[in-house]
Amino acid sequence: MSNSTAKLPPTLDKNRRLDRWVRINIEGTVTVRTGKVEIGQGIVSAIAQIAAEELDINYSRIRMMPVDTTISPNEGSTSGSRSVEEGGEAMRQACAEIRDALLQAAARKFDTSLEKLSVEDGTIRVRGSSDTITYWQLAPEANLARDATGQVRPKHADEFKLVGKALPRLDITAKLTGAAFIHDLVLPGMLHGRIVRPPSYRAKLLSLDDGAARAMPGVRAIVREGSFIGVIAGREEQAVKAMQALARGCEWREQADLPDVDAMPEFLLAQAAEDENLSDKSAASTAPGKTLTATYTRPYLAHASIGPSCALAWWHEGTLEVWSHSQSIYALRDEIAKILKLSPDNVIARHADGAGCYGHNGADDAAFDAVLLARAVEGHPVRVQWMREDEFAWEPFGPAMVVKVGGSLSVNGNVTEWKEEIWGNRHVSRPGRHPDPGLLAAWHFDQGYEPPPAVDMPLAMGGGSQRNAVPYYDFPGQSVINHAVKAMPVRTSTLRALGAYINVFAIESFMDELAAAAGIDPVEFRLRHLKDERAQAVIRAAAAKAGWKPNAKGDGTHGMGIGFARYKNIGDYVAVIAKVAVAESVRVVRVVAAIDCGCIVNPDGIINQVEGGIVQATSWTLKEQVRFDRTRITTRTWEDYPILNFSEAPKVETVLINRPEQASLGVGEGMAGPTAAAIANAVFNAMGVRVRELPMTPERIVAAMGE
Amino acid sequence: MTETIKLNVNGVEHSVTAEADTPLIYILRNDLNLMGTRFGCGLGQCGACNVLIDGNNVASCDTPLWAAAGKRTTTIEGLGTPDHLHPLQQAFVDEQAAQCGYCVNGIIISAKALLDRNPEPGEDEIRAALDRNLCRCGTHNRFIRAIQRMVREAKGNVAR
Repeated sequence: MSNSTAKLPPTLDKNRRLDRWVRINIEGTVTVRTGKVEIGQGIVSAIAQIAAEELDINYSRIRMMPVDTTISPNEGSTSGSRSVEEGGEAMRQACAEIRDALLQAAARKFDTSLEKLSVEDGTIRVRGSSDTITYWQLAPEANLARDATGQVRPKHADEFKLVGKALPRLDITAKLTGAAFIHDLVLPGMLHGRIVRPPSYRAKLLSLDDGAARAMPGVRAIVREGSFIGVIAGREEQAVKAMQALARGCEWREQADLPDVDAMPEFLLAQAAEDENLSDKSAASTAPGKTLTATYTRPYLAHASIGPSCALAWWHEGTLEVWSHSQSIYALRDEIAKILKLSPDNVIARHADGAGCYGHNGADDAAFDAVLLARAVEGHPVRVQWMREDEFAWEPFGPAMVVKVGGSLSVNGNVTEWKEEIWGNRHVSRPGRHPDPGLLAAWHFDQGYEPPPAVDMPLAMGGGSQRNAVPYYDFPGQSVINHAVKAMPVRTSTLRALGAYINVFAIESFMDELAAAAGIDPVEFRLRHLKDERAQAVIRAAAAKAGWKPNAKGDGTHGMGIGFARYKNIGDYVAVIAKVAVAESVRVVRVVAAIDCGCIVNPDGIINQVEGGIVQATSWTLKEQVRFDRTRITTRTWEDYPILNFSEAPKVETVLINRPEQASLGVGEGMAGPTAAAIANAVFNAMGVRVRELPMTPERIVAAMGE
Repeated sequence: MTETIKLNVNGVEHSVTAEADTPLIYILRNDLNLMGTRFGCGLGQCGACNVLIDGNNVASCDTPLWAAAGKRTTTIEGLGTPDHLHPLQQAFVDEQAAQCGYCVNGIIISAKALLDRNPEPGEDEIRAALDRNLCRCGTHNRFIRAIQRMVREAKGNVAR
């Protein structure tokens, strides 16, 4: 963790008032407001743990509040595995300053110096005296209505009492006993809404016969705005039935404007693109050895959260209140205000927990749907829930991509030259990143709003499509080019790990191909190309835990493979070793991961994320692909989109390397790419077959065997 | 056409007025305020809405109200409360067996159905019993560990 306090952490710098972050309550609790949201990753509990640590209070005193635009700090979006890095650092500094303010107040009260004071669970003692006072007693006189200064140093790692401990999450008991999600919110006078989406992205509504729906019991209003249609009813099942009746009354004009789902690589390679050089360094001329090339592909992938998106909206007395499980509550508020030409001051957005969020899904869109429906029944809150079919057909997918890699080896088996090119859409279409409205319903208005083009973050901030496209290895010569495809026929946006999933899959598969060509063990081959000792350490730790045997060959059906990456090249270090059994399909039997994420806040929280990320990436890698015909998304239900089940989920063992003196690094996404590569490399190790197209279905394995 | 239908949910008799083909999940959630039963797919494919009806593990999104009439329905709220967790729920808390937690209650219900007919299942039997429950966060192994913990502890209690 950083010792420097000269500069405030960026999100604290943007939200300096200390009382925005923490309120000390006279009854002995502490209200804590983070700008980061719980999306199933346990982050709110990790930030609570950091707050308790710096304040020197018991974890059980903390009351975490959901993000609320009337009061919470604005920390941007909860994404990119940045929550502990950004939100945790800001909370740490804010709480250190608040603890200092309380101690200063106590010192004044007892006319003593700070050095004489100690704190335990909010009780301040004066050394060598019987004087004590509590935070709760001091609350009225400690002035927190002031800005952070950066003049107070947070704790050193050797002072930690709570950070580094496996404390239980704050939200789990409620979730497995009853109401806990946005889906479960009930407001007085609440009505239920459903949306009738067009059958395809650019379908136009020619006519609507809503007579049958209007006559149905409980129907309160039907909303039509261009090709956007919604219905509001008193009871939820009434809204569902009315939605079905409305759908039957629609006549649409559709166009066959989608590419061939089975020829996406060819489509992407043929498109106009914005080209950018990500890395360009020329090697001193070396005697050429072997040269290899290979092409890797991934399909569109769905977030496919188990709970479809849900939102509530309520227009009353000139104010619009919205509840959403969006990752970016402030940006959602601003986007709604922008489209409807409202002042953001008249819009309140609040977070409530949704089902697992693995990137930009339907959450923001559902919120705007609820806003549009609720406008028709002012004074009544409206709850909109998407149906499963809505979520599959309309969520933005993780983009299909192609990566071509070429590499040359010296006679002693070192990489001398690396050439890599990537093709695909950029990855970020979140609301608020573009002047055009980034909320689905607006594209169906008669105004003819267009979906905004996706963007990428700069590479220095982790990028998007180009995330992890530049290898972390030290090669003498290297060129990496991103061809950001402009045409976006299928709606896409961020999915966990963004471009890093395929970029690492490609780099790490190709490293194995080069290692095989050089006749060098894959672990040894990686180590000799890495200078960073932390990178080497995770590879060694994973190999030791997995029982890696150098140069061991598989037996035709069983094999082991490794994948490594440093997420975004600036984040956590991840080495994954997969053991597979190949019969009619690939089964991942066991996965070992070694992680270095700097200072560990909650080891069990990290292991939970790592286990989950590996199982999810195994599912993507073996099974998943969004399907469409030339007009419509045809993936609509779980039958169309099988995911890994309990019998198929691999066992996962995690080795954590704690570095308490280093900055904490997020762990949500780093394992996705290494897992895909480890599986492909294990298949190669098992049977000598190289699979370069995802997902690795039985058909693809058979096809690869023929090559 | 609405009808008035008698239900027994978590041991309590209820009388609800709704169309008889209303999916049971909406009655449980919106009429009886039992929000622990979660809507996932509406097609009986994901298990998030599982409940026990006369001990059978069924998808409440895919079960019409009339089919539950006169039968005993058990939801997650019928197992335990935050202050008095059922041993299965306690085992899930002890293992921190959740990420987003949306699928968990359906999984606990499936586990309850399994343990009621087989109090000491092996790991493969547990996995097979959960194969109709989907989890997207990848928490599968924690769920299995939680169920194994429950089995272990139940056995320990009997031995004592």
